[in-house]
Amino acid sequence: MDNNKRLDLSYAQLKWDNVFKFILVVMSVILLIIVAGVLVTLVIQSSPTIKSIGIKFLWGNQWNPVTNAYGALPFLIGTLLTSFTALIISIPFSIAIGIYLGEYNTTGWLSNLLKNTIELIAAVPSIIYGFWALFVLVPIIKNFQLAIGVANYGVSVFTASIVLAVMIIPYAATLSMTLIKMVPSPLKEGAYALGATRYEVIKSVILPYTRSGLFAGVLLSLGRALGETMAVTMLIGNNSAIASSFKNIFFGLGSTMASVIANEFGEADHTLYFSALIELGLVLFFLTVIINLIGKRIISLYNNK
Amino acid sequence: MKLLKDIRTIIFVCIGLCIAFSTYAQDNSLIGAGSTFVNPLFSKIFSVYESKNHVRVNYQAIGSGGGILQLNNKTVDFGVSDAPLNKEQTKKMGAQVLQIPMASGAVVISYNLPGLKTKLKLSGKTLGDIFLGKITNWNDPNIAASNKGVKLPNQPIAVIHRSDGSGTTYIITDYLTKVNSTWAKNVGKASAVYWPAGLGEKGNSGVLSFVKQTPGAIGYVELAFAIQNKMLFADIQNKSGLYIPANLASTTLSSDITNLPADAVVSITNTDNPNGYPIASFTWALIYKDQKYSKQSVTKATNLLKLLWYNIHEGQAYCAPLNYAPLSNSALKIAEKILKSATYGGKPILK
Repeated sequence: MDNNKRLDLSYAQLKWDNVFKFILVVMSVILLIIVAGVLVTLVIQSSPTIKSIGIKFLWGNQWNPVTNAYGALPFLIGTLLTSFTALIISIPFSIAIGIYLGEYNTTGWLSNLLKNTIELIAAVPSIIYGFWALFVLVPIIKNFQLAIGVANYGVSVFTASIVLAVMIIPYAATLSMTLIKMVPSPLKEGAYALGATRYEVIKSVILPYTRSGLFAGVLLSLGRALGETMAVTMLIGNNSAIASSFKNIFFGLGSTMASVIANEFGEADHTLYFSALIELGLVLFFLTVIINLIGKRIISLYNNK
Repeated sequence: MKLLKDIRTIIFVCIGLCIAFSTYAQDNSLIGAGSTFVNPLFSKIFSVYESKNHVRVNYQAIGSGGGILQLNNKTVDFGVSDAPLNKEQTKKMGAQVLQIPMASGAVVISYNLPGLKTKLKLSGKTLGDIFLGKITNWNDPNIAASNKGVKLPNQPIAVIHRSDGSGTTYIITDYLTKVNSTWAKNVGKASAVYWPAGLGEKGNSGVLSFVKQTPGAIGYVELAFAIQNKMLFADIQNKSGLYIPANLASTTLSSDITNLPADAVVSITNTDNPNGYPIASFTWALIYKDQKYSKQSVTKATNLLKLLWYNIHEGQAYCAPLNYAPLSNSALKIAEKILKSATYGGKPILK
């Protein structure tokens, strides 16, 4: 009897094991279907513009709903410029915070305070950042623009990038903190035993060990930056003309793909216009995929070293 | 966080749908959707109407384009739009749609010129050139020509426009298309256009805050919004050559013209009325001409027509206190005729 009971139990356990695995598979497949579904919907809905404008959509430089001329170039430039500028500004902060909380100050009130603050940054709705920037950052940028000779509206690609940088810090920071904490202590202790200073341990043991993970965190931040809508819309100026010089593009007005979609979707009153906005979404979708693929490639290169 | 946000959105949508469906099922309730511009006015009229007639109206201010789409999908009983249906939208509707003027609104030109004591006057041509980026300084002779005796500052002009598609943008671009040939050729009219100059901000409030913040700025907002926020706005020259201050009376007068078409689908910008403010427009309620479609019952169709009838008569009393311009007499007559032309299975609903 005793034996039999055990047998029953293990059958039940086995069954549960299968059910559990099944649930996992179903969940993952559903996710795949959702992504594929989004892609298919985007392609179908944007087919009117794909047919009438074709590949020119990507480098067309005018967006005009009246004449039905749709080109994504101004928004591609705006999206890439804001995202990468924000990323470059945010990396030193997020990596430094990661190292400090992961290696120097892992416990205690200061560390907790910092961790909570980072979580708070991630939790604040983006419209709040937009408002803060409108009242604090915009007047400062206005003077700056006046000094360098750009139309001084205060809002610009640069303004949007700064706020975006603050918003994306938590993603890379928390991931790098966790990874740095997970570096096996024998490695670090070995280095210390050889007489390495703390800086040397970080430079030659911790950073090389966590490199691919840190990069993944940066990639996560970038993904967030590419899709951010609300704060960017408030601060970028929403002008779809491409300025003549880099100074005027970077410190002047611009717009991003996400901001145009958010602005114009509600009142897109004819088929071609509507479909052009959807195609913009499709381009954003592919842009994200491409950037992620490049990122993965870089990570695997690091890992092979 | 993203996930939490999504879940929250889904819950809200579900609640919204539940409310929509539960009210939709009843005969003594109506659903409308569309223009955000008339939302304060309609909320007031509908709440008064409900307490008197026990017909509940659920109005969702989702924007004119959304309202048209919802009517097209037959998920609402009436749509409300700040711009008349375009050709494509008319074709998509499948059946004939009535467009009934409900109130008029005006778009005003607001500016920020510190030190200027007198009210600015602008002609349509000059206004178009400013928005085209052709006139770039406030001391331009074209502006000075309409403001004799006013010392205009040497201050660069900063153009602020709407970044989101909106009825307000449609009205101002419609006006500029009529009065400025370069504008008509290069830009045209739509709820969102390719702006040759200036920066875009979201909503009336976005434009307002930037005009207030930027010396030398010029932007356009709805009259009601400008009044509520005590903004300065320019007198605009109308077709008869007079500079007209924007107010409720001059907005109403802009639709008081003899040649209003019988279907009321008309742009009243650049009005013929010598005392009318030239940048004005109707807001239309849209319903199917024949109310016998999908599950629409006779009672419901009658309720809908009675509601709209109330809107253009007793309801007009609520316009002025909320800074909307009531319909002019000529517009009211046309609206009455259109409402009477609505049918249920071929039979007229209102007698």
